[in-house]
Amino acid sequence: MLCETISPSRRAVLGASGALFAWAFMPRHALAARGRDARFVTIILRGALDGLTAVPPLGDPDYEALRQSIALHAEGANAALPLDGFFALHPSMPNFARLFRAGQACVIHASATAYRDRSHFDGQDVLESGYEMPGKVDSGWLNRMLIGLPKGEKVAPGAAEKVIGLAVGANAPLVIRGGAPVLGWAPATLPPAGDDLALRLMDLYSQRDPRLAHALQEGIATGKIATGLDNASRGGPGDPEGMKHLAAGAAKLLAQPDGPRVAALAFEGWDTHAQEIGRLARLLAGLDGAFAAFEQELGPSWKDTAILVATEFGRTARVNGTEGTDHGTGTTAFLVGGAVKGGRVIADWPGLKEAQLRDGRDLAATTDLRAIAKGIAVDLLDASATTLSRDVFPGSERVAPARGLIV
Amino acid sequence: MVQSPDRIEAALALSRFGLGARQGDLEAISSDPRGALKEEIANRTVPSPAGEELQPTAELLNDLYAFQEAQKDIRERKAAEGISAPQAPSSGEQLAKADAMKAEALSSSSSMAGEKAGSAAGTGAPATPMKGANEPKPVVPFPQRVFLAEAKARFSGTIHAPRIGFGERLAIFWANHFAISAAKGPNVRVIAGAFEREAIRPHVFGRFADMLLAVETHPAMLFYLDNQQSFGPNSPAGQNRKRGLNENLAREILELHTLGVNGGYTQDDVTSLARIITGWTVVGRQGRLGTPGSFVFFANAHEPGDQRLLGNIYAEAGFEQGKAALLQLARHPATAAHLAQKLARHFVSDDPPPALVDRLAKTFMASGGDLAAVSTALVEAKESWSPQLAKVRSPLEFSIAILRATGAKPEPQPVLGGLYVMGQPYWQPSGPNGFSDLVDAWASPEGLKMRMDIANVAATKGADYFDPPDFIETRLGPLLSQETRSAVGRAESRAQGLAIAFMSPEFQRR
Repeated sequence: MLCETISPSRRAVLGASGALFAWAFMPRHALAARGRDARFVTIILRGALDGLTAVPPLGDPDYEALRQSIALHAEGANAALPLDGFFALHPSMPNFARLFRAGQACVIHASATAYRDRSHFDGQDVLESGYEMPGKVDSGWLNRMLIGLPKGEKVAPGAAEKVIGLAVGANAPLVIRGGAPVLGWAPATLPPAGDDLALRLMDLYSQRDPRLAHALQEGIATGKIATGLDNASRGGPGDPEGMKHLAAGAAKLLAQPDGPRVAALAFEGWDTHAQEIGRLARLLAGLDGAFAAFEQELGPSWKDTAILVATEFGRTARVNGTEGTDHGTGTTAFLVGGAVKGGRVIADWPGLKEAQLRDGRDLAATTDLRAIAKGIAVDLLDASATTLSRDVFPGSERVAPARGLIV
Repeated sequence: MVQSPDRIEAALALSRFGLGARQGDLEAISSDPRGALKEEIANRTVPSPAGEELQPTAELLNDLYAFQEAQKDIRERKAAEGISAPQAPSSGEQLAKADAMKAEALSSSSSMAGEKAGSAAGTGAPATPMKGANEPKPVVPFPQRVFLAEAKARFSGTIHAPRIGFGERLAIFWANHFAISAAKGPNVRVIAGAFEREAIRPHVFGRFADMLLAVETHPAMLFYLDNQQSFGPNSPAGQNRKRGLNENLAREILELHTLGVNGGYTQDDVTSLARIITGWTVVGRQGRLGTPGSFVFFANAHEPGDQRLLGNIYAEAGFEQGKAALLQLARHPATAAHLAQKLARHFVSDDPPPALVDRLAKTFMASGGDLAAVSTALVEAKESWSPQLAKVRSPLEFSIAILRATGAKPEPQPVLGGLYVMGQPYWQPSGPNGFSDLVDAWASPEGLKMRMDIANVAATKGADYFDPPDFIETRLGPLLSQETRSAVGRAESRAQGLAIAFMSPEFQRR
């Protein structure tokens, strides 16, 4: 008499939305520093990347003692990849290592934003808004940079013509939101809840709610719910496959002659308080795969591309009690692309001795990320230093653009 | 921080008896939470769904008949032209179609106020739509169009209106008690909302007998449980058509709607009641018996004669025979006990305190089935205010709580898609016993997985509007554990913080 309740597979339900393009509205333009049709991509790593694991300073005599069980080594199984003799690279990033050797990738180590507290929310506000203090979230520095850029020679007047920004993902990252209109693109898959969410809920439920903990545990045990290493939840911004997918989609749009020129993405899951080794191996592999996807899909435009990868802050220099690290200060940023003058680790290395650590716990920050972003803006996009200090990174007059990052 | 009892009770009033806290609700009722609840009872606060498609049942059925005639004409014309006529979809096609709809529903997932997806990110003018603007919109068939309008009237309408929403919660409870299913066919789908508007809502704080009578004479229930097919074997129409009884509705009236499965009735009672309500039917599209699509007592199909039900004799009196039987059932002690148990189980715990159930049943009996009196007794009972959150929100309650907490008034499809994947397809339970009301039914691994995905989508949309630590204080405040505060505060992004808030025990439970 009655219909059975249908039970579609999750994949069928979650996998079928439309890919979202809108070519007809695309403007014709070119960003033309030195006549170059440049591409600039910013990737935000939400959760605070541990720079000492991504780019371990194997040459620092204090590194291993601080890191103990999670220290990387130059030799043996799963050895770190060599970079410059002092710094090495996490073994999950062979593409980056290749690009580094080819002079198309560099590391900016011991770097940070202007933010010096340890809240993710506030740290991401500062990283993305470009303001020195948290709480200003109306617009991001990348968007304000777009407004201030000189028009390329092909740019015709009219507001719609100025759509050169691309926001990737279900939600536009703050860094590219603001007054300048921006194209949105999200992949066809509804992002499933990140693996990290299940782990955090497991932690909460096990303290507060045995009944829900039991159900969640069972879901994890039977593979219905993905947590960290089993790779069951594909497609989201906290999943390696998802990262590659988002990167490839963004690159395809950026590669179009009439497509956007500046894009922002956000990858999630970097808050590695526990079991950092396995988590970061997976996430860094995703990031590395995203670099490869950009290189491949951008094709001839790769030579005019710079990709800046930044996170809200770093992590403690010492390993904590759960084989992870807690919120810190200085960390690494990456700069990748055919337009990048790479093959080097840019660092005013502060050292890892007790007295050299910030508050006796964090890698100190000696390079201001704003200098890096400003340097790219000036040399790749022809932005004016005045506009950058006044509108893009207000209050950064004393932070000079780092020149020479772009070929 | 030590919470004052009133602060905790304000949060309990909103989550246990209400639809979940909106911005400002906790503060607004914290001086007298029980008083605020009783005020909703006294004022008969049951919001009215609104929308131009929300017509009375008879009009909707009339429009359905016209729609079906038009479809038939198109098929016949195409057949005449030699084009293969579209068949009624096979069950397989229906499945595929349903899947596609659900996928569309969930993936569009624009569940937050403001509808940001696809517009220019940020504060500027909308730039480029994400979806191709020229895609032809598929025509939504008439019954589904009405169904969506009814759903929208709830998810963008009635759930947002009341301060607490006890009446809306009760409307949901009673609609599930008197469950119908839109899956029965287009004739039920098109009036599923009208059923709730006409038979349930007016009586939420009225008399149970009136609700029972309105339900059992509503075309949605008569269609759903096949009473329009039931003929008195000795009635003129039964004799002519060689048709007989269909016990479906009579059985569910006794087992589910009134006495309960252990309510002391026998198979003879079921058969008797089935005879008594023969002739309760819906006027067909030709309108021979009245206004098409309206309830009618069709005397020619009514089994003649006196009937014995639960030891009482009901003399032959046409429609009045059935009405008298229902009124007797409505005031039966077994009905009182059954409803008291269900109410207490819904609002308080899977195994409610017997003293509470007893008090509710006694109130029901003493008041002549006055649901306002029973609701008041529930609110006044000390057992109703245990700070322990014993119940897990159903997917419907969870979805509504998210919409209220965020102020989102989305198109209905994403909400319906979410309900579907969480196992509570809207107005579509798998049987006349409705959706389960037990914690075990909802705290399942698969269910939690889906809730996490839904929470994730909602949180992604909401991250632009809410600061998670502030959000949980204003929505859950006095109920919050230190562990939840800490988990939300330590989240790696605002979106994750909100997702944890939605998935926290304090939000999942009530």
